[in-house]
Amino acid sequence: MLTLVLFTPLAGLLVLLLIPSSAKNAIRLWANLTAFAGFLVSLPLVSRFDKSNGGFQMVERADWIPSLGAKYLIGIDGISLLLVMLTTLIGFLAIFYSWTAIEDRVKEYYAMFLLLQTGMLGVFVSLDFFLFYVFWELVLVPMYFIIGVWGGPRKLYAAIKFFLYTLAGSVLMLLGILTLYFQHHQQMGFYTFEIADLMKIDMPLGLQQWVFWSFFVGFAIKVPMFPFHTWLPDAHVEAPTAGSVVLASVLLKMGTYGFLRFSLPLLPKASIDQTIVQALAVLSIIGIIYGALVSLMQKDWKKLIAYSSVSHLGFCTLGIFALNPNGISGSVIQQINHGISTGMLFLIIGVIYERRHTREISEYGGLAHVMPKYAIVFAFAMLSSAGMPLLNGFVGEFTILQGAFETNWVWAAFAVTGVVLGAAYLLWLYQRTMLGQVTNGRNLNLPDLRWSEMAVFAPLIAWAVWIGVYPKPYFDILEKPVAQLVERVRPGYFAGPPPGEAPLAAPPVAPVAPAKAGPR
Amino acid sequence: MQHLWLIPVLPLLGFLLNGLFGRRLAKGAVTAIALGSVLLSFAWVVKTLVGLGALETAYIERYFTWFQSGDLRVGADLSVDRLTAVMLLVVTGVGSLIHIYAVGYMTHEGGYYRFFAYLNLFMFFMLVLVLGANFLLLFVGWEGVGLCSYLLIGFYFLKKSATDAGKKAFIVNRIGDFGFSLAMLLIVITFGSLDFGAVFPAAASKPESTLTLIGLLLLLGACGKSAQAPLYVWLPDAMEGPTPVSALIHAATMVTAGVYMVARSSAIYLHAHAAQEMVAYIGLGTAVFAATIGLAQNDIKKVFAYSTVSQLGYMFLGLGAGAFSAGIFHLVTHAFFKALLFLGAGSVIHALEGEQDLRHMGGLRTRIPVTFWTLACAWVAIAGIPPFAGFHSKDAILLAAHHHAPWMYWVGVLTAAMTAFYVSRAMFLAFFGEPRGHHHPHESPPVMTAPLAVLALLSLAGGFLDVPKFLEPLFPLSEGAHDFALVAISVVAGLAGIGLAALFYVVKPGLADAVANALGGLYTLVYNKYFVDELYDAAVVRPVETGSREALWKGVDAGLIDGAANGVASIARATGGLLRLIQSGNIRSYATWVVFGSILVLVAIGLVGGGAR
Repeated sequence: MLTLVLFTPLAGLLVLLLIPSSAKNAIRLWANLTAFAGFLVSLPLVSRFDKSNGGFQMVERADWIPSLGAKYLIGIDGISLLLVMLTTLIGFLAIFYSWTAIEDRVKEYYAMFLLLQTGMLGVFVSLDFFLFYVFWELVLVPMYFIIGVWGGPRKLYAAIKFFLYTLAGSVLMLLGILTLYFQHHQQMGFYTFEIADLMKIDMPLGLQQWVFWSFFVGFAIKVPMFPFHTWLPDAHVEAPTAGSVVLASVLLKMGTYGFLRFSLPLLPKASIDQTIVQALAVLSIIGIIYGALVSLMQKDWKKLIAYSSVSHLGFCTLGIFALNPNGISGSVIQQINHGISTGMLFLIIGVIYERRHTREISEYGGLAHVMPKYAIVFAFAMLSSAGMPLLNGFVGEFTILQGAFETNWVWAAFAVTGVVLGAAYLLWLYQRTMLGQVTNGRNLNLPDLRWSEMAVFAPLIAWAVWIGVYPKPYFDILEKPVAQLVERVRPGYFAGPPPGEAPLAAPPVAPVAPAKAGPR
Repeated sequence: MQHLWLIPVLPLLGFLLNGLFGRRLAKGAVTAIALGSVLLSFAWVVKTLVGLGALETAYIERYFTWFQSGDLRVGADLSVDRLTAVMLLVVTGVGSLIHIYAVGYMTHEGGYYRFFAYLNLFMFFMLVLVLGANFLLLFVGWEGVGLCSYLLIGFYFLKKSATDAGKKAFIVNRIGDFGFSLAMLLIVITFGSLDFGAVFPAAASKPESTLTLIGLLLLLGACGKSAQAPLYVWLPDAMEGPTPVSALIHAATMVTAGVYMVARSSAIYLHAHAAQEMVAYIGLGTAVFAATIGLAQNDIKKVFAYSTVSQLGYMFLGLGAGAFSAGIFHLVTHAFFKALLFLGAGSVIHALEGEQDLRHMGGLRTRIPVTFWTLACAWVAIAGIPPFAGFHSKDAILLAAHHHAPWMYWVGVLTAAMTAFYVSRAMFLAFFGEPRGHHHPHESPPVMTAPLAVLALLSLAGGFLDVPKFLEPLFPLSEGAHDFALVAISVVAGLAGIGLAALFYVVKPGLADAVANALGGLYTLVYNKYFVDELYDAAVVRPVETGSREALWKGVDAGLIDGAANGVASIARATGGLLRLIQSGNIRSYATWVVFGSILVLVAIGLVGGGAR
């Protein structure tokens, strides 16, 4: 079942290689069919998923490299289910959108995308650390080529920056994985990469901290967390539209997912260590505010959205390190939300870039007059990203803030400023591009959204409204796995008194008392 | 089941129909959908209230769990109690009148369907705001009306000033929401719920310090939405929107949401003394501050905008003084007379083909008599002349203020005098004297004057609706005897304001300029609205912009982080460059290296081995 979902893109890729390069439309058609099939086969995962079960489901296991103890072991819980669904949908939409956008090296382009698709799905379903690492690295290669071959003018710089940054992270992460691997051998007497086994070893805090930081570098670069974020704006600006969409919507979530699947359960002592928790929360908060402020001042439309990702992902990591059910479920939901809304925002840019071939905000203005449908869709994307209630972003943000507040109200107070600034940079962008008179003659006759473009946005808007109006199914799916995760990191969390009476950190009972040493 | 959900959903349907198909629909159909949905909603409100009878306790309908995470469950629940009933009648009643008026006002404007779609959407969110049975649903409406306000202020989106004003409104409101959000988070921690029905009864048992903090944070939110100091700056700019919008959103309904929210949370404020005191201070301060600015404005809508800020301050004064019902009472009467003032101003502007400057008006009394006489009703109402609407509610607030702290009463009376003065000034400048413009004024069509007439009646007689009595089950009436002297003083103050304005602008025109010149700097200060916008710009907006661009983006991002990353890259490259020297491809140099290496190894073995032996 899960194997089918995982390898459908790869199987499609093998067939794709047989189609001659000159038959561009045949290649496009086949790639679209494959991606759509990839989405269709993932749908049964939702109906078959048992949300009352907190463990991994639909597990498939086979020996792979017995001499190393590496297995082919895949399965999903609520967290990975949502990310898998995001991946199959966004992947399909990105491939669908590319039909007109890509003209040269069509075959290679779609081959890269399908390979990327399998890589990302593999990351989210692997339950064996070795397998995970293979997929993690596999993702790097197609993304490198997508940016480097089909990108903008500075594509090589961006692609190499992306590659080196993430590779550096991966190497450190590998050291951490190997540490766990050998520790397990020492304690249990056999070699394995299976997460469930690695969870059983007992490591002293010092070692856990060391491994935590090694994972941290790998995951934080991917997210990206401040100060490892500078590859992101370059990569986004140069990447082709579909590349940006997948990069923002799915690829970044590999980092946050890594924290949830590996750092927290494998290194519970380090994850609850105050120094580490404080450090990660502070970096998240800096990311939220810093990303928003820098975003505010961008002159390049795409760069602005790229920096906004830094801010939004800051919310996601803050939620994780609130280490309570609200924070973590909010974080996962916000990861999906960011995929939807930022995906839309990058598509919005793609639409206009295809028409005008510039991303300079000052080149635009008054587009609402020329392209009314486009203006409405953009407004949806903007509001969803800015956390307007009844759209998706609000649900995630509010839940994360609730979680953060439960742990340390100062975190929440700082994070909320990110919400204020979020409205500022998005509305200002909207005003400068869409409202006012058409000041640039070249924008006077731009065609409005085509049906095919509307078709890409429609499912995303519908999804945004669904999560905004009725998010309960999502919370239900996440409830059990998140509870297990919290219980793993903070044993006895659910047995103790309700958080209203004995929260982890001091609640704000004294209003006039000066804020305890703020996180900055 | 009363099917409360129909009340907000009807306008939402209007929005969806007009928003999706309005472009292709005939104008008549757009009008029918927009008006019909709001009138039906009003009818449903009346039917529901009749059906619910005395409404001694809150009536709640629960639909579904909106979201549930951790211990927090938030339901899509709507509820009606007497406070909601008052708000529902004001919102749908006055809202319907303004919709009718807008049909006439907007008839020659482009984007007719878009305007009504936004207006209906606003009604939806406003009704969610007042019907929501928990803080989060209230917040949904709260953000939603903010969005509609943004869209409608920027309705003339080709004008930069309009889109600027819309953006400013949204962002300043978001600053208020900062407080509201934190307040909700704190409420969840403290009470474990966001339901009004769970939070308020438990308030008495919680520590006062926590309640005070919640109260102050909620107040910050209210200051944003209800344009109180220091967050009032967006409301005067919001006058860029079409005039019916100013009447509906920026006078009668949305801006009173903060008042409603504070009154709704009365259980918290009653146990948070400092927070409630703060409400009174902010209200009083805003009331007098905005009134002084109103004295010197020349744009008729700006005068009324500052008046709105000032009157909202009055309502907060009432709330802060513990007279919650008086605050709501003033909210109701203010909705009548301020909506009328704006719609009347719109009628004047309509008659003068867009002229808004009072200095270019004059002598309109005989040219557009219906507008004049209806506006006159609002005039006496806001000036606090008995027995008209504003008198009753203002009187209730001032008495409560006196009961609370006598000096607050006196500041309130001073504000009342200024209020009477600036409204009279606007009336005299517009309707009396000689025409100063080159216009050919024409009276507005009946579709516009009819709502004016209804509102005029309400402004005259609305004070006899005993709102405080009706709200007594929720807000116990304060004791305090009806002190005749205090009432008389405030009435005299109002009359004095009117008299002074008459002296300045009718009896001795020119005296106003002389006084302004004599005041010099003070006048310049007030005329320029105390330079608050400029101050905010210099103290907040520009530092944030410059700091973000120069320090963060160019400094930290490009300089520090990329500098470090590139530094690592350069070191790597330099190392690689050095190592490359070794790999020259030259056999002889390789041979040399081999020899050197061998010698080195031998020496090393010799040393190590020697040491071991």
